Amino acid sequence: MMPQWTPYLVGLPLLGFLLSGLLGLLWPRYRRWEIGIGVLAVSVVALAFLLALGLFVGLPQEELPLRVVLYQWIASGDFAAPIAFRLDTLSLWMTLIVTGVGALIHLYSIGYMRGDAGYWRYFAYLNLFIAAMLLLVLADNLLLLFLGWEGVGLCSYLLIGHWYADREKAFAARKAFVVNRIGDFAFLIGLLWLFREVGSLDLGVVLDRAGAIESTALGAIGMLLFLGATGKSAQIPLYVWLPDAMAGPTPVSALIHAATMVTAGVYLLARLSPLYVLSPGVLGLIALIGALTALLAATMALVQTDIKKVLAYSTISQLGLMFLGAGVGAFSAAIFHVFTHAFSKALLFLGAGSVIHALEGEQDIRRMGGLSRHMPLTYCTFLLGALALAGLPPLAGFFSKDMMLTAALGSGHEVLWFLGLVSSLLTTLYMGRLLVLVFHGAPRAPAVSRAHEAPAVMRLPLVGLAVGAVAAGWIGWPDLLGHGAWNWIGRWLSDSTADLEHGLSLGLEALSIALSVTVAVGGLWMAFRLWGRAGLEADHMLQRRLGGLYALWQSGYRVEAIYERLFVRPLLQGSAAPLRWSERYIAGGLIGLASRSAFFIGSGIRRLQTGLLSLYALVMLIGALGLLAWFLWRSL
Amino acid sequence: MVPAGGYLLVSALLFSLGVMGVLLRRSAIVMFMCVEMMLNAVNLSLVAFSRLLGDPTGQVLVFFVMCVAAAEVSVGLALVIALFRNRESIDVDQIRLLRG
Repeated sequence: MMPQWTPYLVGLPLLGFLLSGLLGLLWPRYRRWEIGIGVLAVSVVALAFLLALGLFVGLPQEELPLRVVLYQWIASGDFAAPIAFRLDTLSLWMTLIVTGVGALIHLYSIGYMRGDAGYWRYFAYLNLFIAAMLLLVLADNLLLLFLGWEGVGLCSYLLIGHWYADREKAFAARKAFVVNRIGDFAFLIGLLWLFREVGSLDLGVVLDRAGAIESTALGAIGMLLFLGATGKSAQIPLYVWLPDAMAGPTPVSALIHAATMVTAGVYLLARLSPLYVLSPGVLGLIALIGALTALLAATMALVQTDIKKVLAYSTISQLGLMFLGAGVGAFSAAIFHVFTHAFSKALLFLGAGSVIHALEGEQDIRRMGGLSRHMPLTYCTFLLGALALAGLPPLAGFFSKDMMLTAALGSGHEVLWFLGLVSSLLTTLYMGRLLVLVFHGAPRAPAVSRAHEAPAVMRLPLVGLAVGAVAAGWIGWPDLLGHGAWNWIGRWLSDSTADLEHGLSLGLEALSIALSVTVAVGGLWMAFRLWGRAGLEADHMLQRRLGGLYALWQSGYRVEAIYERLFVRPLLQGSAAPLRWSERYIAGGLIGLASRSAFFIGSGIRRLQTGLLSLYALVMLIGALGLLAWFLWRSL
Repeated sequence: MVPAGGYLLVSALLFSLGVMGVLLRRSAIVMFMCVEMMLNAVNLSLVAFSRLLGDPTGQVLVFFVMCVAAAEVSVGLALVIALFRNRESIDVDQIRLLRG
């Protein structure tokens, strides 16, 4: 496969977006042709996946990285930003994740969105989402990457607010947009600073000259870019948008959490890893933020009652683990976790979507229970996804999580490693709780008995993702087995990422692995015992035992309230007076002055237009005589 | 043989009469006739200069002016008739709908 095909990876979904969007916009009858819209949207992403697969198989690893220049986008003085794509092991791997998981989610959406009034709009934006994410991943230029970065933010806004007639959902979309914008602002400043230091935004140049940057500037740039990453990847302090983003259709949540959007931050860290390894302070902060996010989000996931909110906090927690991995220098392990997490999280979301679909929109797990009898396939796949996410060997999540945790231990961050282990334990607890409360026990609502399995077009992606959730980890066995010989993914990705080597003795690694296995098995056993016996009563018992702590978890550590008091309300109140002032003096005053002066001048000049023919003739005569006098005077 | 100055004097008199007529009279027909008079005053001076300088170009130009005047009169008279049919009057001071 020729690398010249690379632009089509972005072009195909973009074409799908343009076709769906324009046809739907101009031709109202097209909007009702759901099969056509769905097949078009799925096929462009599937084609992009096949193309990526072709590139993956056809390009030997030794030939990477490749640079494919499409054309010169901006050229101004010393600054040049070509539309160029970078094919290396990292971008190719991310492309495979985005298009592969994305295509399955597109397929699922055909069934899930059936009968929706905004069907064409939905699929158009879904395609644009994939296109923007691929642009972000494949860009060889940080400015082009920023274009994809912003495009992803825009698409998330459009899709979270898909049902914009509902005020709550429209507000959730706006919140996601604004919170992301705060991160993007830092990201942009970081980019400009980087340009000032290096004189170019081409990835190759930036990574080559990273060592020449003065260390304080490098640290500041790293911090700013990391702040941008916390916005996209929902880390402390900018994670608040992700739980609210559940307002969108469930496949959109799957797309945001698994294939696009939130993985962008992790990708950015891995992409700029040669830059980050030069500032250990920033890396330490990233690891700390990641570990804290993982822990806090996991505790919040434990007390949610909305099936999608549990999964949302779980994503934040897992992303925290990825940041922890990146922070201790295990960038390829973090990307590996992106990969395995994509399967299990997309699977869980699509399974949750099937459940919500079957229960006619019910999302409260307190009104579920006993669904395994009515939806056996959804149950089986959801079970695999949950166990994989909980890190039960030999399912996918275990391998990547373990790789990050051993790296944390090996790099000497014992406390962070312990925090990661605790959040793993909490992961098994909330996943077990979710599984039991939704699928086991006795039904707690009459709707459950009417539940039925979703149509085939929605079942197929579940099966496909379940295979991934089981097997995706088998490309990265721990060093303990075969001394890294079976760690294919590590060798593949480390071509592009600057992983820090950690000298962990085999004994300690064995201990770490044994501990995570124990935590996974023990946590699941505990969860099944606790919630399997008592059902919802277990929640109440926890609430009584933990008291204030439980309430703190339920309120999300009051972060939302603090942000509201600290930022939102002062901003709204502070902008009220300038708004009134500008309404009055700028909109009312200056613009009124312009219109009134035109009126005033007109009312003077219009008196000349009398309608009297002889007056016009007189004026003409005077004019002619004046001209004559002028010429005579000149010829003298 | 009348000297050239005589022709020019008559021409100037005719032109001035025409201008006064256009400015002072209110009947559209009379204003028209005054415009014609101005044109013919110019024609007279053109012919006189042509004769004086021995150059026939001036006389050719007179033919053009007469042609254009004829065309203009046909359009103008048609307008005056249309005006009279609508307003029962051809007093230009009363026709001033287009005023500011």
